[in-house]
Amino acid sequence: MTVISKKDVEHVALLARLALTDEEKETFTGQLAQILEHAGKIQALDTTAVPPTSHVASLTNVLRPDEIRPCLTSEEALSNAPKQEDGGFAVPKIV
Amino acid sequence: MEFSDYTAHALIEMLDRRDISAVELTKSVFDRIAEVEPDVHAYVTLTEELALAEAAAVDKRRAAGEALGPLAGLPVAVKDNMATKGVLTTCSSRILNNFIPVYNGTAVQKLYDAGIVMTGKTNLDEFAMGSSTETSYFGPTHNPWNIDTVPGGSSGGSAAAVAAGEAVMAVGSDTGGSIRQPASLCGVVGLKPTYGLVSRYGLFAFASSLDQIGPITKDVTDTALLLNVIAGHDERDSTSVPTDIPDYTKALTGDIKGLRVGVVKELMGEGIDVDIKAAVEASVRLLGGLGAEISEVSLPHSEYALSAYYLIAPAEASSNLARYDGVRFGHRTQDEVADMVEMYMKTRAEGFGDEVKRRIMLGTYALSAGYYDAYYGQAQKVRTLIARDFAAAFNQVDIIVSPTSPSVAFKMGAKVADPLQMYLSDVCTIPVNLAGLPGISVPCGLSGGLPIGLQMIGRAFDESTLLRTAHAFELAFGWHEKPNL
Repeated sequence: MTVISKKDVEHVALLARLALTDEEKETFTGQLAQILEHAGKIQALDTTAVPPTSHVASLTNVLRPDEIRPCLTSEEALSNAPKQEDGGFAVPKIV
Repeated sequence: MEFSDYTAHALIEMLDRRDISAVELTKSVFDRIAEVEPDVHAYVTLTEELALAEAAAVDKRRAAGEALGPLAGLPVAVKDNMATKGVLTTCSSRILNNFIPVYNGTAVQKLYDAGIVMTGKTNLDEFAMGSSTETSYFGPTHNPWNIDTVPGGSSGGSAAAVAAGEAVMAVGSDTGGSIRQPASLCGVVGLKPTYGLVSRYGLFAFASSLDQIGPITKDVTDTALLLNVIAGHDERDSTSVPTDIPDYTKALTGDIKGLRVGVVKELMGEGIDVDIKAAVEASVRLLGGLGAEISEVSLPHSEYALSAYYLIAPAEASSNLARYDGVRFGHRTQDEVADMVEMYMKTRAEGFGDEVKRRIMLGTYALSAGYYDAYYGQAQKVRTLIARDFAAAFNQVDIIVSPTSPSVAFKMGAKVADPLQMYLSDVCTIPVNLAGLPGISVPCGLSGGLPIGLQMIGRAFDESTLLRTAHAFELAFGWHEKPNL
């Protein structure tokens, strides 16, 4: 079983876009290790011949006609924006 | 007896006979809320003004002899993870503490179309991640049976509201037990429908392949009435299944002679409280007495269900919750930031609570390069094995029963520091979500003054047989206990 390190936690936190405090990193390192150890039980099962299930709905390729339909107005779409500018979502500089 | 103590079906008759008006009923429910809400804290948001206006409109339409929806004038509470146009919808999270949807979710719209009076939005574990409603940003909900104990979760607010008479009915959502477990702990009825029966459009996604909306009510007849309204295909949810929706109340015949009922061997042993085991055994004997054929069934992979779930659900959650980034809606950090990545990281650190962070971390890890096959991939294969177990059991029986929860309501704070212990609260309910089947919890006794729930599981899209069995049990058992608030 993989033991999760504080370094792993830092890497995963970056992937998940979560700024963690040092204390949180310590706590999560211990808790995630404990949860993963329990969850790792499933690795004991031989599943070589078992297909995965991603969902149970008996549906494939649900399509609809490509038609223009009513949708949110730009005012509605922006109504919850933390910051807006010129009819768009304003964000800090990207590059 | 207050109006708020009556079942929905009794109140529908009273409203029809004009023994009571929708306004009187709504006022009575809000009187009850004023009385007990300081102790229970079932709601995040109350919509009294809106409710009284809706109730007055129903009374006016009734007086004018206009056609009314099947739930016209009934005060119903909605879990605060379903979009309600113009009404704050928070998922009990700081990251959405100012979010006002511009549309109604499909289930909510159907409830409005049926004539409900929405009392408000009920508390939940943040983003429905939890089994005790203690992880809400707005503080915990208390169990009406004993306010020192938890109501279960994540739909703890909905279950507590119904149990305390703060709503006539409620809707919740269930990803791993979040309707059935709080229903069990609060002594009410809770149904998780078959995956795909009720549209998830407007339900804020936690784990999309598992989430399902369902009723939390005082009895099985009310559950059937509510399910009649919310079930059905919706083109806005590509996982909702086109299928004929029967009138579920027609299934409630009280007759289960010859029905084959199987008790899950693996869910009656270690880890199940002795009082609960005894209550479930007595319930099974009662079903036998009604003419059901009782046997034992095995779900051999159920011991792996919890592990598979706690990889699959966080993996899906880590992806679904990526949308909360401070750009289009919700909380954004007020700190100075150098760039977008820092804005995302600070916003999410401030906006999410511990349990949500833990699950995002767990899910991101399970999906990350090098671990995908060992964790997420393997969990999906185990999911297949669990679905096959149920399929094999349903070759032998028509209904499967088990406890809903391994324990009655536990003390507040008891499991907060130990996530794994908290996760074990859902050991009986999780397999049902993984297999996509319908499951219901009905009250079947008390232990130390706290309710015990009996879980019944049916075949996919056969809610009729499930409700018929639950109703027959309810009639024979005669549950009339109420919390003494």
